Amino acid sequence: MEVSANWYLVLGALLFIIGGVGLLVRRNPLVMLMCVELMLNGINLTFVTFSRSLGDIAGQTVVFFVLVVAAAEVVVGLGLVVALVRRQPGVTADDLNALKG
Amino acid sequence: MVDTIVFVICAVICLTGAIGVIAARNPVHSALMLVMTLFGIAVLFIAQEAHFLAAVQVIVYAGAIVVLFLFVIMLLGVDVATDLELGKLRGQKTAAAGFAVVALAVVGYLIVNVDTTRTGVQSQGGVIDNVTPNVDLLAESLFDQYVYAFELTSVLLVVAVIGAVVLSRRHPPLDTDSAEASN
Repeated sequence: MEVSANWYLVLGALLFIIGGVGLLVRRNPLVMLMCVELMLNGINLTFVTFSRSLGDIAGQTVVFFVLVVAAAEVVVGLGLVVALVRRQPGVTADDLNALKG
Repeated sequence: MVDTIVFVICAVICLTGAIGVIAARNPVHSALMLVMTLFGIAVLFIAQEAHFLAAVQVIVYAGAIVVLFLFVIMLLGVDVATDLELGKLRGQKTAAAGFAVVALAVVGYLIVNVDTTRTGVQSQGGVIDNVTPNVDLLAESLFDQYVYAFELTSVLLVVAVIGAVVLSRRHPPLDTDSAEASN
């Protein structure tokens, strides 16, 4: 039985869905950031699969940029989490409902 | 045959890790489950001959990003709080279940009605010819066609570093003496 590109695409979609559900269900901001990473990885797998099946390296180039953006996003996100927890220990995403300082 | 075995094993590893990330009560376990998923995806990259990305996946994701996560978890202290209990937002679980159902329905629809039509448009970013090494192709694409985007990512990284420094800096307190004492 041969592995077709569709298998990879379905796996990528499932990873994206699991990440999205986790983002909606979890309230710990750290775990929510991890769920975003899961979603990005599902997309990366999709890009590489299309790159392979269409014979175009551009898909892998896009994955490279996604990696850079993910790194930047994590750095800023974790900076935010550290700043928030320092203000209010044990903070969850639900507590961040006010823009007041 | 080997392809299938590799794919099935890696798919199981990826999905187990992904479910572990959202199901683990302890954030440290979530981070370790994330490493599991990332390694599975790295193997799947190799299976699709994206060798450079597989290496970068392990180095950057498992080596840097997850370590950053673990570092922050340890810095803030692990709290196995009432994370999965219902929060202030009503209907959050319902929204999540609805999202999952709709997304799975879309995936199922795509599986059933799969269409492998190709446009026939010539590749713009470099053709994978199975002769040129993967790294060469990627480098050519990155430093030739997408060089401006590549330069912009350096700007993005500088902005992110500055943002992180500004965010995590302690704000100057009103009473400077107490700040000195607390440090």
